[in-house]
Amino acid sequence: MGRYVIRRLLQMIPVFFGATLLIFLMVHVMGDPVAGLCGDRRCDPATAARLKREFGLDKPVWQQYATYMGNVFTGDFGTAFNGQKVTELMASAFPVTIRLTLVAVAFEIVIGITLGVLTGLRRGRPVDTTVLLLTLVVISVPTFVTGLLLQLLLGVEWNVIKPSVSPRATVDELLVPGLVLASVSLAYVTRLTRTSIAENRRADYVRTAVAKGLPRRRVITRHLLRNSLIPVVTFIGTDVGALMGGAIVTERIFNIHGVGYQLYQGILRQSTQTVVGFVTVLVLVFLAANLVVDLLYAVLDPRIRYA
Amino acid sequence: MRGATHAKWAAGAVAVAVAAAGCGGGSGGGDGSGVVRSSWGDPQNPLEPANTNEVQGGKVLDMIFRGLKRYDPKTGEAKDMLAESIESKDSRNFTVKIKDGWTFGNGEAVTAKSFVDAWNYGAHLRNNQKNAYFFAYIEGYDKVHPEKGDATAETLSGLKVVDGRTFTVRLTQKFSTWPETLGYPAFAPLPKAFFDDRAGWLAKPVGNGPYAVRSYRKGSTMELRKWDGYKGEDKARNGGVDLNVYTDNNTAYTDLMAGNLDLVDDVPAAQLKNVRSDLGDRYINTPAGIIQTLAFPFYDRAWTKPGAEKVRRGLAMAIDREQITETIFRKTRTPAKDWTSPVLGEDGGYSDSVCGDACRYDPEQARKLVREGGGIPGGTLKISYNADTGSHKEWVDAVCNSINRALGNDRSCTGNPIGTFADFRSRASRQKLDGAWRAGWQMDYPLIQNFLEPNYFTDAPSNDGKYSDERFDKLVNEANAETDTVKAVGKFQDAEKILAEDMPAIPLWYQNGSAGYSDRVSDVALNQFSVPVYEQIKVD
Repeated sequence: MGRYVIRRLLQMIPVFFGATLLIFLMVHVMGDPVAGLCGDRRCDPATAARLKREFGLDKPVWQQYATYMGNVFTGDFGTAFNGQKVTELMASAFPVTIRLTLVAVAFEIVIGITLGVLTGLRRGRPVDTTVLLLTLVVISVPTFVTGLLLQLLLGVEWNVIKPSVSPRATVDELLVPGLVLASVSLAYVTRLTRTSIAENRRADYVRTAVAKGLPRRRVITRHLLRNSLIPVVTFIGTDVGALMGGAIVTERIFNIHGVGYQLYQGILRQSTQTVVGFVTVLVLVFLAANLVVDLLYAVLDPRIRYA
Repeated sequence: MRGATHAKWAAGAVAVAVAAAGCGGGSGGGDGSGVVRSSWGDPQNPLEPANTNEVQGGKVLDMIFRGLKRYDPKTGEAKDMLAESIESKDSRNFTVKIKDGWTFGNGEAVTAKSFVDAWNYGAHLRNNQKNAYFFAYIEGYDKVHPEKGDATAETLSGLKVVDGRTFTVRLTQKFSTWPETLGYPAFAPLPKAFFDDRAGWLAKPVGNGPYAVRSYRKGSTMELRKWDGYKGEDKARNGGVDLNVYTDNNTAYTDLMAGNLDLVDDVPAAQLKNVRSDLGDRYINTPAGIIQTLAFPFYDRAWTKPGAEKVRRGLAMAIDREQITETIFRKTRTPAKDWTSPVLGEDGGYSDSVCGDACRYDPEQARKLVREGGGIPGGTLKISYNADTGSHKEWVDAVCNSINRALGNDRSCTGNPIGTFADFRSRASRQKLDGAWRAGWQMDYPLIQNFLEPNYFTDAPSNDGKYSDERFDKLVNEANAETDTVKAVGKFQDAEKILAEDMPAIPLWYQNGSAGYSDRVSDVALNQFSVPVYEQIKVD
């Protein structure tokens, strides 16, 4: 187990460097960011040259990347064009997005798995068909449509919520945005759980458990659910990373000042430091979430052993 | 300056959703009585006076600073604010005397030194101030801010403190209307606290305006409250202003509808259709000092050869401005008739006849002129624009359609999107664009000089097209040296007539500022810089 973890951690190193280099190059090919700082007029050349020197933009790309990575390892993610430290931006943005992601994951687990179990056990019945249809609708409607509709209905028409989230972004304010963010994944979780449950219901070990005379509740929770959840856990695990990065649309609709907002602004202003910094952290989150998922397998399925 | 951005898909979806839900107005919330809740965007640069060149940062500076002059929000006239007198005998050496008794929010007195230190800071290359060029007219600028290499002086030699309330300014050339440029926030005074602890000051700026910053969370909110120690006449008529950052102006608009916001100073394009029915007379649409043009590459031989001016003139006549401003901009822009802006007023140099027939849609004449001029160089006119912000695609396509229709050739004009604004600007300023491109000019101060000189004078900073004409340059120089304002304006207008002949840039339209507000507030207006005049807003 320990060796497995070490091997996985070592594998992360090339992935980490590759991903950051790619992002760095992508932001770089967008062109000279300093020219965008002066509106529709030309920046005065002396100031532009000084800004370029200060942000290291006058050096060749490989050198910029090397300096940047060197700084990252000392915890310095650079400065955005508005003079704020990128670490400062992260400290304000990540807690918000993490809260939003947790709310979304909670919805996925609670609603998604419940519905999945319910439909899996009642395959072919009206409940199953209804939920199946509903998930189809949710999957086919883009997030921003659901988001804007909910915002207008709940926020403007019925005045149940505020259409936008305050800068504090408390959990209760994030319930609706979290639901919107989770909606598509939630539908997938439902379908995954349903299929998995329906399949495993006919498995030998379930029949054995029933034949042993175990109570139905225990058969479902201990035997059926635990085994059926393996693909679902994989999905949710990888989804954590996707949700954090993908929150950009939801955050925009509900005016949440999280990672998506900073990334959007960073891309618009071509602030290499902001974009690369945030994406680097997102890459790390993604890698860590994947590792945790793989380790969870062993817990859920005693047959899986890592050596 | 750059406007806020619209995400097209989101805007479209809102339009659909609004139509579906039959958007109704919300009732105003009564919490935090007397405080205006206003939408905001994250300022692009640190909030220093000489470093702020866009509206969002400009809003804050307009509330917390007062300079020597201030532009009347209605007429645009530069009126004395802190200045007791600004005198000059030769239009080159000025003696500035400031009023007594003004202080900064931290108790420091506003002295001649507060101005001189602030201007020296703003001009010095070391401080990376994006508005440093404002001080370029002051003698010694080339020493503290050389084109190349390091600064060789610490301060501007043209600035001298005489006593606590007096300082003198020596300019590099005659510039009779120079005092009228001093209403721009870049010329604001700075307290000693700024120089002692810049980081601390930026975290919570202290100025001498009608409002004081109570709290500032970078990137999300700023709370400003009425400052009781304010000395000026224009005291705040409300308890304060809360600025909230919105990433998407559609969300801000929704919040206004729901009653969570009092003022949105940028109505999203997709909402312009319903804004009248949503807000009634709580929607304002007033001229701002912004003009949009199509600029041409004079560094490209094909556009300078004899006859090319006929082609440009023909193209100008092939654009149906009335129709485009009506259908695409829903009258938030007005067809342009000159190279300045109506906010200048007739006395300030605005004229609705300079461009004349060339700015009127006339497809037949257009076809004739383009043919006489030898046709469009290369056969097709490419209009470059940035695709990331400001929904430029719609109008560029409309302009091209109009040109194609007028010239009877589907290949006469085509749009050329460039991915990001920064990339677009970087290509334009390095003369890397071929064909025409969208150019915009937001005035720094309401003077005709500011619309003409930076854009069309030989090698002027924003003359990206490298247009050059000796007669134009000569007239501008004469106008600047003219001590009589009326005569100076007349000279500038003469210079503008040369633009009408040469058509170095095709005037498209004047941009308006638009805003919507809740029924909780009244007396809302936008000034010529499309910044809300916050101190006049009353909260019911």
